[in-house]
Amino acid sequence: MAEFRLPKNSRITKGKHFAATGGNAKSGRIKQFAVYRYDPDGGANPRIDTYDVDLDSCGPMVLDALIKIKNDIDPTLTFRRSCREGICGSCAMNIDGGNTLACTKAIDEVGGAVKIYPLPHMPVVKDLVPDLTNFYAQYASIKPWLQTRTPPPPDRERLQSKEDQELIDEPSACILCACCSTSCPSYWWNSDRYLGPATLLAAYRWLVDSRDEATGDRLDYLEDPFKLYRCHTIMNCTQTCPKGLNPAKAIAETKKMLASRSH
Amino acid sequence: MALSILHRATGLANAVGLLVFAVWLTQAASGPEAYGCLVQMLGSVPGLLILGGFSFSFFYHLCNGVRHLVWDSGRGFEKHQANASAWVAIVVAVLLTAVFWGVVL
Repeated sequence: MAEFRLPKNSRITKGKHFAATGGNAKSGRIKQFAVYRYDPDGGANPRIDTYDVDLDSCGPMVLDALIKIKNDIDPTLTFRRSCREGICGSCAMNIDGGNTLACTKAIDEVGGAVKIYPLPHMPVVKDLVPDLTNFYAQYASIKPWLQTRTPPPPDRERLQSKEDQELIDEPSACILCACCSTSCPSYWWNSDRYLGPATLLAAYRWLVDSRDEATGDRLDYLEDPFKLYRCHTIMNCTQTCPKGLNPAKAIAETKKMLASRSH
Repeated sequence: MALSILHRATGLANAVGLLVFAVWLTQAASGPEAYGCLVQMLGSVPGLLILGGFSFSFFYHLCNGVRHLVWDSGRGFEKHQANASAWVAIVVAVLLTAVFWGVVL
């Protein structure tokens, strides 16, 4: 069900301001970071804390600034990060109004204060950490592994042509960061039943895999008013994907496969 | 995203606009007095604004509907294509509305 206002206990209040101090204050290159804070143990509403960060002693990416804030200014700030080079998907968050990876988003791409929120419309575990349990369960539900009925060749792997490989090159580059799914209004309203662009892109990756032999079962699973057809081609997924992938196109191709199957 | 929600909004507006159209038909069937009264109302500034809005809503919904039809065929999904077709839909809808009021009427 669509909700147009945040529940009372989720409304955001004004937080603390951590002004530049000491050595920081001398530099002319101070950038302000406005960061969503929520502590589930405190019982207080979420708040926006602002941090003044000296860019002369900070790396170029938004993740560098978050790490600097945690190390030097406020160790209570909580966020996920791992690879810091755009391949693990851990640091997906909403920066300057768009979902992206903090590690590949340059600070100087953002004019004014850098506003940082967790991925939209997900339960928040703490600060910038969303609860992705449902997202992962949906991914698992499409059985994201090779399914075969024929026995494998005795002397080699299941091979595929270069052309067949190219079909899965792009969709298999997805890192499951959840930027696309959490940018999708359909997913916001119906994430309990709509699978969302990330999971549907993964499903498509197996649908077009020349080695997979469960295409019919996979299409049966997707043929549902909610799981697949809540996609209304809003295109936010493709616009926001930090890896430059195209979930919207994959979903359209899946719909075409279903349409041509029934005629 | 802005165009997507506008597509829904104009879909709703079109449904309401059809009501105006239905009222126009019933008044036309009820005789010259009733019809004259309605024409006077629709000819006023707020009436013209409603009719103008309805016509734009109709043309926008039509243009963006064609855009969705092309998408359904699996074409036009690259980011630059989608952004370009968004502008085409808006501009053509405005042009059609202008032609409708300036030339047809």
